[in-house]
Amino acid sequence: MFLAILAGFLLAFAAPLLHRWLGKWVLVPMALLPLSIFVYLLTLSPAVLGGDKLGELHAWAPSLNINLHFFLDGLSLLFALLITGFGTLIMLYAGGYLKGHPLLGRFYLYLTLFMTAMLGLVLAGNIISIFVFWELTSISSYLLIGFNQDKEKSRNSALQALLVTGLGGMALMGGLILLGMAGGSYTLSELLERGDVVRNHGLYLPALVLLLLGAFTKSAQFPFHFWLPNAMEAPTPVSAYLHSATMVKAGVYLLARLTPVMGGTDEWQYTLMMVGGITTVLGALLATQHVDLKAILAYTTISALGLLVTMTGIGTAPAMEAMVVFLLAHALYKGTLFLVAGNVDHATGTRDLTQLTGLSGSMRYTAVAALLAGMSMAGILPFFGFIGKELLYEASLQESPFRWMLFAVSFFSGMVFVAVAIALSYGVFWRRSTSPTPLQHPDKPLLYLPPVVLASAGLVFGLLPGFFVTPLLRRAAESMLGVEQVFELALWHGFTLALGLSVLTVLLGYVVYRYANRLLSYASRFNRLYLFGPANLYQLTLKGFLIGATKITATIQNGYLRSYIVAIVTAQISLVILALWDGGPRLELGNRLHELSQLRLYEVVLLLMVVSALIFLFKSQSRLTSIAIMGIVGYSAALLYILFGAPDVAATQLLIETLTVVIFVLILHKLPAFKYLSHASERYKYVLLSLTFGAVMTYVILIVKQYPLDSELKAYYGLNSYLLAHGRNIVNVILVDFRAFDTLGEIVVLAVAAIGIMAMLKLRMQKGDKP
Amino acid sequence: MELILPFIIGILFSASLYLILHRHFFKLILGLILFGLATNLFLFVIGRLTRGGSAIIEPDENVAVEPFADPVPQALLLTAIVIGFGIQSFTIVLIKRVYQSFGTTDLDDMNTTDQIEENH
Repeated sequence: MFLAILAGFLLAFAAPLLHRWLGKWVLVPMALLPLSIFVYLLTLSPAVLGGDKLGELHAWAPSLNINLHFFLDGLSLLFALLITGFGTLIMLYAGGYLKGHPLLGRFYLYLTLFMTAMLGLVLAGNIISIFVFWELTSISSYLLIGFNQDKEKSRNSALQALLVTGLGGMALMGGLILLGMAGGSYTLSELLERGDVVRNHGLYLPALVLLLLGAFTKSAQFPFHFWLPNAMEAPTPVSAYLHSATMVKAGVYLLARLTPVMGGTDEWQYTLMMVGGITTVLGALLATQHVDLKAILAYTTISALGLLVTMTGIGTAPAMEAMVVFLLAHALYKGTLFLVAGNVDHATGTRDLTQLTGLSGSMRYTAVAALLAGMSMAGILPFFGFIGKELLYEASLQESPFRWMLFAVSFFSGMVFVAVAIALSYGVFWRRSTSPTPLQHPDKPLLYLPPVVLASAGLVFGLLPGFFVTPLLRRAAESMLGVEQVFELALWHGFTLALGLSVLTVLLGYVVYRYANRLLSYASRFNRLYLFGPANLYQLTLKGFLIGATKITATIQNGYLRSYIVAIVTAQISLVILALWDGGPRLELGNRLHELSQLRLYEVVLLLMVVSALIFLFKSQSRLTSIAIMGIVGYSAALLYILFGAPDVAATQLLIETLTVVIFVLILHKLPAFKYLSHASERYKYVLLSLTFGAVMTYVILIVKQYPLDSELKAYYGLNSYLLAHGRNIVNVILVDFRAFDTLGEIVVLAVAAIGIMAMLKLRMQKGDKP
Repeated sequence: MELILPFIIGILFSASLYLILHRHFFKLILGLILFGLATNLFLFVIGRLTRGGSAIIEPDENVAVEPFADPVPQALLLTAIVIGFGIQSFTIVLIKRVYQSFGTTDLDDMNTTDQIEENH
């Protein structure tokens, strides 16, 4: 299993190269990969169908209990077969659909990447790896939706899908970690046995909320459904594969996977049934409001996903049975219909239901596929969809306080499905018309074979449900219920209530189809309602974020040096005051006043010199005077260093001060008059800030000097500088011996500054250059 | 002296910060130089003052004899002064270039590259 995933990733990134070498034949290796994984999974299936759970462990981060753990049971097998089987067909179809596209190699890269990630998601046996693969599917979905990156709508839709599912992914990560904490393990097989512990744990509710957020965003449940119809901007193979058959079912997969761990509580049941129910009805309702083939399919997909979530919420054995059967049936017919819609779009250049008519003559094979899939979708007798529909009705009519509501939901969506199926297969292809929609090119085998194969699968599974399908679905349901299932799937159950309801559904669906135009005419009346819809809310939030971010950046990065410095100094002052305020040391000046008596005359002179120099500095209007005053202050500091035993520092200070004055005079003598740019209103504020800053610094020094300094370094250097480094001037020894590398760094800094200065002086700007 | 120096340093800090907060580029440089000076003194004083005794080992001794000044802050100061000089000279040349290119020494006229265009 690990090899399969690895091969997928490798081949994905080889795709652009292969496209360059093989041209259009790149589709051969790309289709062979999912096909061989499909066959490999089939060889594993006898063991799984016999009740085994296959595991495979590769250490990844064992210290964190995160491992590359693969796990194959009925549910994983069902999904994995769906992903690879459908994947094979999609790879072929994409080769035909994007034939001659210059970026076909890139498309295959994204598509294979997605397929592998999805496969990893359903095979992962560690909840952390589930999350990693989950995010990978979101990212590859983003790349695929935005494949036509030159279209703005494409890019926006891709970003929307990424933001919505990415937010969900974040919630999912939190949920999975909480789940791991509650269950004491990140390994799926261990968690599956600790359902009771998890459900009674204090973290159960937060974990549940976060996990449901992740699953609902991914599976486009209300109120996060809005990204899915927009995702139809993707090329049709992507819509068929990601946004109807596989990726959007990842949320459903997660819910199903975690049913034994999290399921069965009231919170779980009611939330799933409510959200699923609302989504089902909403999706069905919105499907009748559109004329774009792909939009209609997208909304019915939302509705079907809602049904799957509802069934998972009910959680009884018949509901789980209905869930897995409907999942397979839906993947088969919805995938086919998407591919058919892609064919129609490709051949005629339009997806508008009202303009398409009478295509059965010119697109015979596609028409057959559409008919087969449509009948499965409508739940007509020999098709697999019929079995699915029957089971849905039976499951929702089970004893439960909400049986009528649940039934109404599935009945309503069933009715719309019938109407959509008639419109899409009969209306587009078989309805007699005097002027069939003209084709731009004839139907191509690569485009009609995959849907025909998929649609026939729906028919074969319907006619022979006992062969392979039943045992597989049984094991899948067992994975969710934890108990072995023994249901048999059969086309004919006798004249039951469900059969009667099925017939009624078809009849009413036909009525809906007949009056679809009138329903469409109501569409505009809902426009005002959409203003309050989640899609609009998303737009507003996004816009708000952008405006807010711009405002904040403009405020804190306003380009005025002063405001930055004010912010820094204010923060520093506040921190110091905060630290000293509560429990900090108190200043005791009283017993140190005697130190004043040690003051010597020349020291007093020095101090007076500094202070008076500063006063002159503020009064001075001349640049030259200011420079001279700076010199005085600098020399005073040098004298101080001499007085307190630092001759080297003093020498350096004298030298540097002199150099600075010289440079100042040399360079700045040509500047304009020394204008005083006043800022009268703010001046008092700045004076206050400066004084506070100075006072705080003084206070800090006084406080620090209250305590003795016990420097081991001083003693160490005093002992060793002659004996180890053979130097008598300790400061020099430190600089050139003990800390020589620091000095080297200092020299480098100076060199860099010198290079910068050289560059600025040599730079001669041409006229018209931008400064 | 130990009691007076902290106040001198505080005054230097106040004066330099006030200069830095000016709009004139030239004042900014003066402020920066003063600020560096104040910081150096701050370090020096925090490292304790020793009157007399330099951090030098006498010719007839193998180890330093108390009282001698702590050499560590002095080594730090030497580095700080030299680096500060690098910054000062760079800034001085920069101000000249800026004046040649933009014809202004007002800091508030030089905030455009950083500003986000609000109206687009």
